[in-house]
Amino acid sequence: METYVFDDTLEGLLTLIFDWYNRKPGAILVNSEKHYQPSAFNPAYVVSTDAEKATRVATGLQKKLTNAGWRNFYCTFLSELPEAFQHLFQFAVYVFSDVENPEDNYGNDSVLYVTQMARKVEREKHHLEAFIRFQQTSDGMYYAPVEPKYNVLPLIAKHFKDRYADQPWVIYDHQRRYGLYYDLRNLELINIDFQKHNTSNLPAPISEETNEEMYQLLWKDYFKSTNIASRRNIKLQVRSMPRRFWRYLTEKQVY
Amino acid sequence: MNLIRASEKLQILADAAKYDVSCASSGGNRKNENKGLGDSKANGICHSFTEDGRCVSLLKILLTNHCIYDCAFCVSRKSNDVQRAAFTVEEVVDLTINFYRRNYIEGLFLSSGIFKNADYTMERLLRIVKKLRIEERFNGYIHLKTIPGASEELIQEAGLYADRMSINLEMPTEAGLKLVAPEKSHEDVKKPLHFVNQQIQIYKADTKLIKSTPKFVPAGQSTQMVVGATPESDLEVMYTADRFYKDYSLKRVYYSGYVPIREDDRLLPSIGSQPPLLRENRLYQTDWLLRFYRFRVEEILNEAHPNLETEIDPKLSWALRNLHEFPIDINKAEYDMILRVPGIGVGSAQKIIAARRFGQLRTHQLQKLGIAYNRAKYFIRCADTPFLSKDWQPTQIKNFILGNSHGKFQKAATQQLSLF
Repeated sequence: METYVFDDTLEGLLTLIFDWYNRKPGAILVNSEKHYQPSAFNPAYVVSTDAEKATRVATGLQKKLTNAGWRNFYCTFLSELPEAFQHLFQFAVYVFSDVENPEDNYGNDSVLYVTQMARKVEREKHHLEAFIRFQQTSDGMYYAPVEPKYNVLPLIAKHFKDRYADQPWVIYDHQRRYGLYYDLRNLELINIDFQKHNTSNLPAPISEETNEEMYQLLWKDYFKSTNIASRRNIKLQVRSMPRRFWRYLTEKQVY
Repeated sequence: MNLIRASEKLQILADAAKYDVSCASSGGNRKNENKGLGDSKANGICHSFTEDGRCVSLLKILLTNHCIYDCAFCVSRKSNDVQRAAFTVEEVVDLTINFYRRNYIEGLFLSSGIFKNADYTMERLLRIVKKLRIEERFNGYIHLKTIPGASEELIQEAGLYADRMSINLEMPTEAGLKLVAPEKSHEDVKKPLHFVNQQIQIYKADTKLIKSTPKFVPAGQSTQMVVGATPESDLEVMYTADRFYKDYSLKRVYYSGYVPIREDDRLLPSIGSQPPLLRENRLYQTDWLLRFYRFRVEEILNEAHPNLETEIDPKLSWALRNLHEFPIDINKAEYDMILRVPGIGVGSAQKIIAARRFGQLRTHQLQKLGIAYNRAKYFIRCADTPFLSKDWQPTQIKNFILGNSHGKFQKAATQQLSLF
C-alpha cells in the first residue's frame, strides 16, 4: 500500500485528497510529515501543497456537508493525530461517494470517528475558554499562557475577541510556540519564541500599579470561601477540571 | 480598594452565599456590540471547580448578611452569632469587573440578606446592576435575586439589566416552610415569580413586532428548594417542582441537600450529619427526565411509589416497573421510546434515529455509538440480537446491572483484612 505524506497543513491534506482522485492508487495510508517514518516496503508519495487544488476540495466538501459537518472536519484536523488524518481522508472519500446526508451515517467507522474526535476537540476548546487565566502585566497587557492538548487556538480566537474587546491581550500556546494577540483593533497570530529569551515558562512580570497581585489574592480568598467542606468530593473536582490545567490556574497556585 | 477590608468582606459574604446552589450562566444572549466588556454565551461556562466538586461560574456573593428574618435553616438568620459585613456598591462592581477581565468568572450572582425592608434592599441591588451595565458597559452574565415584597416598579427595572432572576421556595411544601420560617410563605414567592414571568412574556411578544425592544430577564427565572431539612417525600418535592415549571415557565429548579449549620437542633438535622447527597442526585435525575426525556412526573412518582429508589436511578427504576414495554426494536421504535431505554441518552437517541436510515443497526455499531450497552441490552433488540426465549425478572436484571456497575455512591463492600 502506498503512503501519502502531506505537510501538516489543512491545505496539504486537502491537496492529498485531490491527488488521490487524480492518481487513483486504490487504498492508501495517510501520514503527515511530522509523524512519517520512511519504510522499505511501502512506497511513499509526497504531496506538494497546492492552494488551488485545496480550495476545490474544500468547496466540494462544503457543498456536500452541513456547516456542522464541515466544522467537524476542521476540528478533527486540529487534533493533529495521525489516525485522525487517515479517518479524514476516508471520511472525505465517503462524502464524495454521493450518498445523501453522509455525515449522519454513524454506522460508518470514519463518520463516527470524525464526529467523536470533533467532540473531543470542541471540549478542549471549551476547557480553554473556561480555564484560561489572564494576568495583567506592567504594560497593561493581559497575558495567558496555555498548553492545550489539541491545537485549538484558532477555535477560541473569536470567543476572546468578542468578550475582551476593550482590553489588549495575548494567549500563548507554549507547546506549539505561537499565540494570539489582540491590540484593541485587530487579532493577529504571533510567533515569538519566549523560551529563547527566557528559560522558564513563567508569564511576564506582573505589575504593581495595576493591582494584579491583589486581585489574585482576592480570587483565591473567594475560591476558598465558596467551598462547602462537608460536601468534599475531590474526584468530581478533578474530573470536571483535569489536573493538566491546574498549572496555570490562579486559584490553584500556592504562594 | 483596601485589600484587607475587601478580603475580609469577600470571605464572609461568599461563605454566606454559597448555600444558594444555582450556578447556571447559560441562556444569556447579550452581545458585545458597544465595544465594552463581556459577551454572554448561550451555553454558559464553568470557570473553576471547588473541592466539593461544584462549579464556579459566577462571583456568588451577598450584598450583606445583615437580615431582619430568622429562618432556622439559614446561616444569616438574625439570631445567629456570625460576623456581619456589607459591600459597598463600588466594591461589588470593582470585584466583578476585575475578576471578569482575568477570565475568572462568567458574571455576577448577587443576593442579599434583607436589611431595613424589601424595597430598600432591592433598590441597592438595582443600583449595582445598573452601574455595571451602564457605566462599565458590562455585558457579562448577571443573576439577581428578586426580593419578595419589593415593589413591582423596582423589580421591573431590575429585569431590564439582569439576565436571570430567582426567588427561592426554600422548603418544598408550605407546611415545611411554616415549620422553619414562620414569617415566610410560598405565596410571597409566587407573586413576584408570576409578575416577572408575565413581564417576560410581554417583552417577548413585543420583540416579535419591534426588534429593538430591550431585553427583559432573557435567561428566565429559577428557584431552589432545600431537601432533607423537613420531612417531605420525593413525591412532594417533585410535584412542587413540576407545578412551578409549568405555572411560571421556570428555566431551572435547584434541589439543595440540607447542609447542617447548627448544633443540637430540635427542628433540623444538626452539625455532623451528612448532607443527603444521594437523594439530591436522584432528584436531579428525575428533574432531567421531566425536562429532556419527556417523562411525566406521575409516571416516576405516584401513590404506590412516593420515594425514589436509592440503589438505582429513576429511569432504570421506571423501566423495571414497566418491563411489558420492553424490549424495543432499535431499528423500528419511535424516538420517544428509545429515549426511555436505560443507558441511552438524548445524544445517542438522536444518533440512532439518524444512523438507522442508512440500514439496520447491529450490536457492534450500537456499542461504538456511545450508549451504556451493558445496561441497555436488557431492554433493546438490534438487527443481530439472537432470539432469547428466556424472560428475565425485574429483580434479576437489577442484580445483573448492579453487579457490574460501580456507582459513585456505592461504598466498597470489601473489608480490609486485619494484619494480626
